[in-house]
Amino acid sequence: MTQTTLPPVEKTQPKSAPHGTISDRSRAERKLGWMLAGPAFLVMLAVTAYPIAQAAYDSLFRYRLTDPDNRSFNGLSNYWVILSDNLWWTALGVTMLITVITVLVELVLGFALAMVMAKMLSSIRPVVRAAILIPYAVITVVSAFAWQFAFDIDTGFVNSWFAWIPGVSADTDWFGGQGTSLLVICLAEIWKTTPFISLLLLAGLAQVPEVLQEAAKVDGASWWQRLWKVTLPNMKAAIMVALLFRTLDAFRVFDSIFIMTNGANNTESVSFLAYRQTISRLEIGLGSAVSVLLFLCVVLLAGLFIKGFKVDLASARGEG
Amino acid sequence: MSNRRRRGLGGGAAALVLASSLAACGSDDGGPPTLNWYINPDSGGQAEIAARCSEASGGAYQISTSVLPNAAAGQREQLIRRLAAEDSSIDIMSLDPPFVAEFAQAGFLADVPDDLADRVTEGVVQGAIDGATWNDEVVAVPFWANTQILWYRTSVAEAAGLDMTQPVTWDQVIEAAQSQDVLIGAQGARAESLTVWLNGLVESAGGSIIEESADAPEDIVLGLDSEAGRRATEIMRAVADSGQVSAAFSTDDELAGANGVVSDRGGFTVNYPFVWTLAQGLVEDGGLDQAVLDDIGAAVWPRVDADTPAAPPLGGIDLGIGAFSENVDLAFEAAECIRSEENQAYYFTTNGNPASLASVFDDPEVLEVFPQAPVIRESLELAAPRPQSPYYSEITGVVQREFHPPASVDPNSTPQSATALMEAVLAGDQLL
Repeated sequence: MTQTTLPPVEKTQPKSAPHGTISDRSRAERKLGWMLAGPAFLVMLAVTAYPIAQAAYDSLFRYRLTDPDNRSFNGLSNYWVILSDNLWWTALGVTMLITVITVLVELVLGFALAMVMAKMLSSIRPVVRAAILIPYAVITVVSAFAWQFAFDIDTGFVNSWFAWIPGVSADTDWFGGQGTSLLVICLAEIWKTTPFISLLLLAGLAQVPEVLQEAAKVDGASWWQRLWKVTLPNMKAAIMVALLFRTLDAFRVFDSIFIMTNGANNTESVSFLAYRQTISRLEIGLGSAVSVLLFLCVVLLAGLFIKGFKVDLASARGEG
Repeated sequence: MSNRRRRGLGGGAAALVLASSLAACGSDDGGPPTLNWYINPDSGGQAEIAARCSEASGGAYQISTSVLPNAAAGQREQLIRRLAAEDSSIDIMSLDPPFVAEFAQAGFLADVPDDLADRVTEGVVQGAIDGATWNDEVVAVPFWANTQILWYRTSVAEAAGLDMTQPVTWDQVIEAAQSQDVLIGAQGARAESLTVWLNGLVESAGGSIIEESADAPEDIVLGLDSEAGRRATEIMRAVADSGQVSAAFSTDDELAGANGVVSDRGGFTVNYPFVWTLAQGLVEDGGLDQAVLDDIGAAVWPRVDADTPAAPPLGGIDLGIGAFSENVDLAFEAAECIRSEENQAYYFTTNGNPASLASVFDDPEVLEVFPQAPVIRESLELAAPRPQSPYYSEITGVVQREFHPPASVDPNSTPQSATALMEAVLAGDQLL
């Protein structure tokens, strides 16, 4: 059995518009579009483009917040300091590890939860949806504290509940080593953001045409075959968009690390490094350079998804 | 968009601006000027002192308090970023002494008038004056002075044959804890408290993390790579490897140590005087037997070498007056009221935060609530401050990176690697 998707809808030009010219009506529509989106666009420029440009500019200086008089231009040397420092590469590695683990686990779990929500009896569907979404409504810092308390050797319950698992005992210090610390951080992230991914996947599930499912059933396809050959191929756009959003989000992980380990045991992420240079050390130049590098990583990831995996943001919204 | 809608939006925006400007001018209603005092979290003592001083001023000013984050580093971050933006709403701030130099160097503290500086340092323990001084000038008003002492269980010390009336050494404490199989509490977490511990060890060994401070980072002379640095590292490692620390030693803070000493396996902890108020509170709430409280003793911080007096950690709070405040004179007046002998005694007995004025330690009421007051006073006189430098946050950042976890430090390499990292970070050649 081959993968089954509906044939793409052919896009046609409006009949009234001759090829290459714009009609009065579409010109007016375009103008209205700009007028409607313009204010939001300006606000976006003010709150995102301006700080990004400012950070890029600041990153070229040696500039300490408490000593503004001695600010001096030093070109790209901040970038050289960062890129030649092991700490940056360790933090980048930790960030990528957290991103890959959490996004993959969340994708599988989120898909399962989306299926549960989609197939649920309509009478209890709202309750189940609300229950699944609760973790996403919890503030990340609060969730990080909750997980920290749960795994804490003094206040936590995990050690006594899970003492039957080999390697876990009353004396297991989860935040005493890199591996166990990262495990708890990943668990907290997964618990917190799986609902987000499952919500996006639920929207994708709703887009899978029922006729294809019916046809596959008539052809005698098993549940597993229908999942792999019908459901998943038809949700590709939704899956990729969910992956893209979550990857970009996961790459900026900060709160859980800040609360649970404060960067101890090599658990620093790239965002944490930016925080430490900018906010703790007040080295605005160096910190801005870390932030710019973080921004470039995120742009690179987004570019990779959109170009490499051909993610079409419009099609995921059902506009394609 | 219709005209009506547009007007509605404009009206909303105007109301918002009006509301925020009203909030900003809270003191312009004809009443006394309001002084904002940014305080570190405590058990309500500073808020009470603010109310007392407001009343005592006879309507000259009203002090309102705003609570800063829990951790010392968080308090510094919030204050310093506001001051960098020349926030005029910061009149008085409760400052941790190691940050005073940085604030003063950056010009964020209003100059202390000479006559006031004389008044607020008279009769004050030397450590507290040192903490409020930068470049030989008093730049902040000493409020209360904290120090760590050795809290121990009398029964354990007796059983181990340790004579606590005489100074004890770290080696003796470790040995006694091992012989009785009890816990030694120290601050192994990657936090400011780790620097406090290491600095106490280095100073007790006769060295200093910064041998010579300077305005420019390249002129700072570092002192960790020395015999004292090695000896301090050795003791840190010995405590971590003693087998007598909690299973979560690498995340233990002051509170964990305090809880440890009153637990069933309680033995020793180097900690602040709040241990006593905490234990008393536990007894009142029924969470602790009176017998345990009676068993708790206090002594001066352990020595590194038997023949050299210890140099215990020094903490506390200084009152800095914001350089951009619109009420600098009133703020100094208020600060003088806040640090009065009466208020320091009140703060000591109710919140467990020791006074910086030596005379308070002779107050009978203080002695009744804090039988350990003489030990605390002795400790304050021996205490050594943490390195005073405008670059303190870098220094403590490096210490926390290199000396954590304590079980991994190596006397033969950690002091060197920490010194190298400090030099590189101060020169701007490395991340932290």
